[in-house]
Amino acid sequence: MHQMHGAGETGAVQPAIELRGIDKRFGAVHANKSIDLKVEKGTIHGIVGENGAGKSTLMSILYGFYQADGGTIHVDGRLCDIKGSEDAIAVGIGMVHQHFMLVEPFTVLENVILGVEGGAILREGVDKARGELKRLEREYALDVNPDAIVGDLSVGLQQRVEILKALYRGAEILILDEPTGVLTPQEADHLFRILETLKQQGKTVVLITHKLREIMAATDNVSVMRQGEMVAHRKTAETSPEELSELMVGRKVLLRLEKGEAAPAATVLEVDNLCVETSQGVRKVKNASFSVRAGEIVGIAGVSGNGQSELLEALGGIRAVTEGQVLLNGQDVTPGRGVDAAELRKRGVAHVPEDRHRMAMVTSFSAKEAAILGYEDDASYQKGLFLNWHAISDATKHLMSEFDVRPNDPDLKAANFSGGNQQKLVLAREIMRDPELLLVGQPTRGVDIGAIEFIHKRIVAMRDAGKAVLLVSVELDEIMSLADRILVMCDGAIIGEVSAADANERVLGLMMAGVDPHEAKAAEGQS
Amino acid sequence: MSDSVQLPRWIDVGALPLLNLLLALVVSGLVVLAIGERPTQVVEILLYGAFGYEEAWGYTLYYTTNFIFTGLAFAVAFHCGLFNIGAEGQAYVGGLGVILAALYLDFLPFPIMLIVAILASAIFGAAWAYIPAYLQARRGSHVVITTIMFNFIASSLMVYLLVNVLRPQGSMTPESEQIAEHLRLPFIHDIAAGLGLEMASSPLNLSFVYALVCSVLVWLFIWHTRWGYAIRTVGANAVAATYAGIEPGRYIIMAMMISGALSAFMALNEVMGVQHRLLIDFTAGYGFVGIAVALMGRNHPFGIFLAALLFGMLYQGGAELSFEIPTISNDMVVVIQGLVILFTGAMEHMFRPRVTRIYTAWHLRRRAQEAA
Repeated sequence: MHQMHGAGETGAVQPAIELRGIDKRFGAVHANKSIDLKVEKGTIHGIVGENGAGKSTLMSILYGFYQADGGTIHVDGRLCDIKGSEDAIAVGIGMVHQHFMLVEPFTVLENVILGVEGGAILREGVDKARGELKRLEREYALDVNPDAIVGDLSVGLQQRVEILKALYRGAEILILDEPTGVLTPQEADHLFRILETLKQQGKTVVLITHKLREIMAATDNVSVMRQGEMVAHRKTAETSPEELSELMVGRKVLLRLEKGEAAPAATVLEVDNLCVETSQGVRKVKNASFSVRAGEIVGIAGVSGNGQSELLEALGGIRAVTEGQVLLNGQDVTPGRGVDAAELRKRGVAHVPEDRHRMAMVTSFSAKEAAILGYEDDASYQKGLFLNWHAISDATKHLMSEFDVRPNDPDLKAANFSGGNQQKLVLAREIMRDPELLLVGQPTRGVDIGAIEFIHKRIVAMRDAGKAVLLVSVELDEIMSLADRILVMCDGAIIGEVSAADANERVLGLMMAGVDPHEAKAAEGQS
Repeated sequence: MSDSVQLPRWIDVGALPLLNLLLALVVSGLVVLAIGERPTQVVEILLYGAFGYEEAWGYTLYYTTNFIFTGLAFAVAFHCGLFNIGAEGQAYVGGLGVILAALYLDFLPFPIMLIVAILASAIFGAAWAYIPAYLQARRGSHVVITTIMFNFIASSLMVYLLVNVLRPQGSMTPESEQIAEHLRLPFIHDIAAGLGLEMASSPLNLSFVYALVCSVLVWLFIWHTRWGYAIRTVGANAVAATYAGIEPGRYIIMAMMISGALSAFMALNEVMGVQHRLLIDFTAGYGFVGIAVALMGRNHPFGIFLAALLFGMLYQGGAELSFEIPTISNDMVVVIQGLVILFTGAMEHMFRPRVTRIYTAWHLRRRAQEAA
């Protein structure tokens, strides 16, 4: 699978991209420190690094979003001055963003020609584009209907539209920024097949990711970034995930979490036939029934957008349920029927929501203000009519030192902490209350590897202390390493349960795509 | 973009508003030049008119009192993410509360009347703000639209009441009866005289002290109580508020009612302190200028005090100006005030990107020098 280019061959051909001494500062942050990078023509080149290592900044410089403070960019051996994305497109660089830049009500074809319509009358451009699209699809087996409405397509297909857009603009070099974050494992595999085809057609692919599995599976070469520096270049065939993660973090990390057997006790949370609808009347959670016992972690796996978020929000008291019942230690706490988030908190339900910035904190607040969100009525924070900021400040310092939040400064604005430190602060706020039940969504989204390890350990520690934990995550690795039982959600329904011991990526992936668990296991048996 | 450092506080709340103010004065100067007067002379008269003699101070602070109330009113709602344009109407209806109390409970001794009048204005103003607040919180009707409409409704309602109900028999003017002498708010110069101090007579009265008290109370409420915390959470991120169990609707209503009450306190100054009766349109646009005051003061009571003082100065100095220089008519003064509102309120952020860029460059150079 990995076709390595010999030294003699690369010596003759100019690299597709060569960056020399790229340097970039954002105020006090030195995001890129004199970066050198060579990407050989016709290869898939991976760039890995923790969040905040400077990968995205580097690619944004290459694509013209930012101007480097120093250094040069060479494309096909020629020095290029890339001032904006149009310059990048002109020299044949295309980018597929993490968040798609598509107009949802438009058709695939309309999206592809957006910005390159070619003249005032659409007709001509459209006809030309149709022919060109047919050719591109044939050549790269992209399998997208040009007349489909983009909003109706699955996320995987939308991503292919993005790739088509780049190819239509004549991209020879394709940059993909965290492309698999929203895909099922099967969709991701399909994406990698497409990338392989692109490579065989002579295109060059740069793949930015923090998932080492993908680097190992899909790339020819890999470069590792750490804290704004390029720390290593490796041929993928000559390295290992262990070596790469060590390079990324600068020390050895545990890839698999060490945890003992679960000792489940009494049922804490019982969900019976729960249905949740949006305000438009769309049913997001369909008749979900399950339970979580004290001393176990139940994971909910699923492709993002299949009702897990709504389920978690309903259990956290943020969303009213339309049908069904929720019992906490045998007592009815069905949200929307006189029970809200504040009431649930009082009864010992802690909630770490999926979206840190939108929900878990107010980013314009100071850390100490963020640290009392949801607990602002707590008696220990009051002094008569007023909030006792001294006590709050001390409590925040305590939370911060317990969860190693850096810097340990309760007065710093929440927005000025890194993602990992924000998340640790939120977890500290919720966990240190010693709740009966911890609801936690995407605990490590946008969090660097060092912090992931820490967060996972604290969640397992909760379980070992005899608490019930419900974990929602779209990262299969996370679910598989943390959960004792795994429920799979697809299209709002819980379609099956797998014990952690029986789980593997393929079975879960098939179930996430809606395949019946028995069939999924049978399919797994045949392969 | 993230391509910059955070501005220090002294630039954010000090230098930037001053820069805006300066620009407003430069443009005003050009206008003055265009009608053939000397800008330096205008500034001189303006400053002299506002601060040059004892009586001028009294007038300036009298105007300032109104702006503090309406500025605070806007700020409290703003911290909850609401744009309360209705201070005008809320103050107007608050005036009704004051006059009803003062005319129909005139048997009360002054200290009790003071409390009753404060409560009456607060209740009337808060009630007038409650309806738009309820509609926003429970029905999603935008508070900007409803408060504007409620200004008109208040205006019509008050005209009706003044003409048909409050007007004394035989009187031809649509205004209420006079408040009994012993129930009026004492003037500061009278208080000073009681203490043996000689002060020039001016409309400045006890309500100015109350405005300062309210400033402190608002500061305590917004930053040092859990309700203020909840209001700020709702204003900054309603989703996070819901997550925390802070029901946004409840705090929207609370913030608007406090805002309405603060607006209504303006009536203490105008009705109980100066006019001693309810006049048609006694609010005279103070409610709207309060928006600019609050924005310029960054919605912080101390900033609001400074901004209110500035607008008080413009009002009093402007009056002097139209008196001293006949070519600068009252309309001209309104133009200058309008320019200040435009630059400090509406175009508050005009210089921000540029100043941020300059500061960032300077900051980086200094850092580089320190490193070297």
